[in-house]
Amino acid sequence: VLDFPGGKVAFTHEIQFISESSQERVPCYSVLDDNGQQITNSHFVQRGSSGEDVSDMVTLQIMDNIYYEAQRQGRLSFYATTIGEEAINIASAAALISGDVIFPQYREPGLLLWRGFTLQEFANQCFGNKSDYGKGRQMPVHYGSNKLNYFTVSATIATQLPNAVGAAYSLKIDRKNACAVTFFGNGGSSEGDFHGALNLAAVMEAPVLFICWNNGWAISTPTSYQFRSDGVVVKGRAYGIRSIRVDGNDALAMYSAVHAAREMAITEHRPLLIEALTYRVGHHSTSDDSTRYRSAYEIEWWNKARNPLSRFRTWIESNGWWSDEAESDLRSRIKKEMLEALRVAEKSEKPNLKNMFSDVYDVPPPNLKEHEFVVRQTIKSHTQDYPSNVPL
Amino acid sequence: MTVRDALNSAIDEEMSADPKVFVMGEEVGQYQGAYKITKGLLEKYGPERVYDTPITEAGFTGIGVGAAYAGLKPVVEFMTFNFSMQAIDHIINSAAKSNYMSAGQINVPIVFRGPNGAAAGVGAQHSQCYAAWYASVPGLKVLAPYSAEDARGLLKAAIRDPDPVVFLENELLYGESFPISEEALDSSFCLPIGKAKIEREGKDVTITTFSKMVGFALKAAEKLAEEGISAEVINLRSIRPLDRATINASVRKTSRLVTVEEGFPQHGVCAEICASVVEESFSYLDAPVERIAGADVPMPYAANLERLALPQ
Repeated sequence: VLDFPGGKVAFTHEIQFISESSQERVPCYSVLDDNGQQITNSHFVQRGSSGEDVSDMVTLQIMDNIYYEAQRQGRLSFYATTIGEEAINIASAAALISGDVIFPQYREPGLLLWRGFTLQEFANQCFGNKSDYGKGRQMPVHYGSNKLNYFTVSATIATQLPNAVGAAYSLKIDRKNACAVTFFGNGGSSEGDFHGALNLAAVMEAPVLFICWNNGWAISTPTSYQFRSDGVVVKGRAYGIRSIRVDGNDALAMYSAVHAAREMAITEHRPLLIEALTYRVGHHSTSDDSTRYRSAYEIEWWNKARNPLSRFRTWIESNGWWSDEAESDLRSRIKKEMLEALRVAEKSEKPNLKNMFSDVYDVPPPNLKEHEFVVRQTIKSHTQDYPSNVPL
Repeated sequence: MTVRDALNSAIDEEMSADPKVFVMGEEVGQYQGAYKITKGLLEKYGPERVYDTPITEAGFTGIGVGAAYAGLKPVVEFMTFNFSMQAIDHIINSAAKSNYMSAGQINVPIVFRGPNGAAAGVGAQHSQCYAAWYASVPGLKVLAPYSAEDARGLLKAAIRDPDPVVFLENELLYGESFPISEEALDSSFCLPIGKAKIEREGKDVTITTFSKMVGFALKAAEKLAEEGISAEVINLRSIRPLDRATINASVRKTSRLVTVEEGFPQHGVCAEICASVVEESFSYLDAPVERIAGADVPMPYAANLERLALPQ
């Protein structure tokens, strides 16, 4: 035995390399089969009536479809859908409490929806109007809400991972009964920040959940070009982090895994890694046409055969908590509300000129005050050149 | 008081006054700090508030920013700002721009500090000055102390400031001792951010500079005085916001400007000062602005070459 800094290590006298991969891939935790029936002897965390889960998944789907179309019609500059990943969004949200702080990537609006962000609030951000909490500073889908503990989406990939660890550290020091939760894709796991964040989370014993939506793609890069490991779940052990692989399109499994992980994070002060296997049914964003690099057949198969909403719907209907009627009522109501919210947001005024100069610092500095003054003077003497839809 | 003790006492007092302030970085705890700036703090405040990080500037800077998002007040140490390049995405994109991008919902009361610029015999990858890079970014404040009083007052101000602050120290100044007033020793002492200090009044030429070069400028002013030239030496203290008012008022008095820095000459702090003076005080200038900067080469290691690559 070698008494090495960091602990005792046993010797071996054969040259034996650890294989680059296990004989078998890490199995995937699931509860529902493809037809939405609970698998016999499966374990999951019970959660009573799930009417709100399914209605939020439906709402998310409708929102995505309407906004995607709006972008295609030129009413929105940009949009990114969450199609195919509704269960990851809603089931995770349901397993957290309002005090848990969320650090999203950009495919997690479902958690905001769950927490109470209204259809109008989503619309306002997408149109960057004067009611947008972001004051028109960011592209569509870069939502954020202080009061809902959902940190404003930052487009930089995986930077939210170490940020979440820092927030978790803060929760730990303040002895709060809450954790930090951060989401990222399979592509994000290649970033340097993934490494720094996981390593530090383990060393700092920070109560943080790392939830990876491994949806098979990073824009056009398939996972075979992204990493050569058995996905993302195996990387947890390398950092000393407890990990699990889950069927991301199985709402019950997703809920159970996040629920269990959260318990451990808070009571044991440890980070956890959840790899949710899923499929990005939509394009990466409206700037992408994924039929150029993958088959329409593959997309359709995932959308039909492994649809998270259909599977979950079958299960809760069989429990008597949902019905076709409830669904069609919901769909027509949401569609109407959504279109109205869009109409109102589109017609709303843009944020006014002073918002270009505020919030750079806590207190506006003299040079920006002066700049704003000069701009306003210029506008006064060139009113015909100033856009009429930007309020002063 | 030495600059080292000034910095140490500033951090100590701010940690004592506000439990949200904590220190993190490589070697800041057990080792007492790579340059002993955080000496004694681990013993006094414990490992939760004086945190020894693994070697990942990107990782621990991201974590510091996340902690600031959540309400703590981190003081993040870079062993040298050369290593901050590993973390610069978090400094700029996660810290500097957050208040603006979130429309005031996320503020980042964080301080990034450490030695900046040339030291002695540390070579190209350990000698670059980052003042110009960080000072170009809206959302950041950038400070550069010279004396012990500067170090105390500016660091305390930085830690109390709700915005992210880049605090550029100088390794060779750590051991230098300066006289310090009773007022500066008081725990409530604070210097305003954005105000330069006129270290020496003069009427024939204005010399602006920051950090170690302030000492050089003062010595140069002594020599010039022997030749009958009265130089006014301005210690910038704050690179962003730059005290354009003080600089321009001085140039309007003297009509000549020499601006000095140790960093690379192109796109430097001196260039910004020159532009400011040309824009606002053109008719007062009797001669073109002179810039004195480091040589336009990566810093050589050999002592004789290093000496030649920096202003003397």
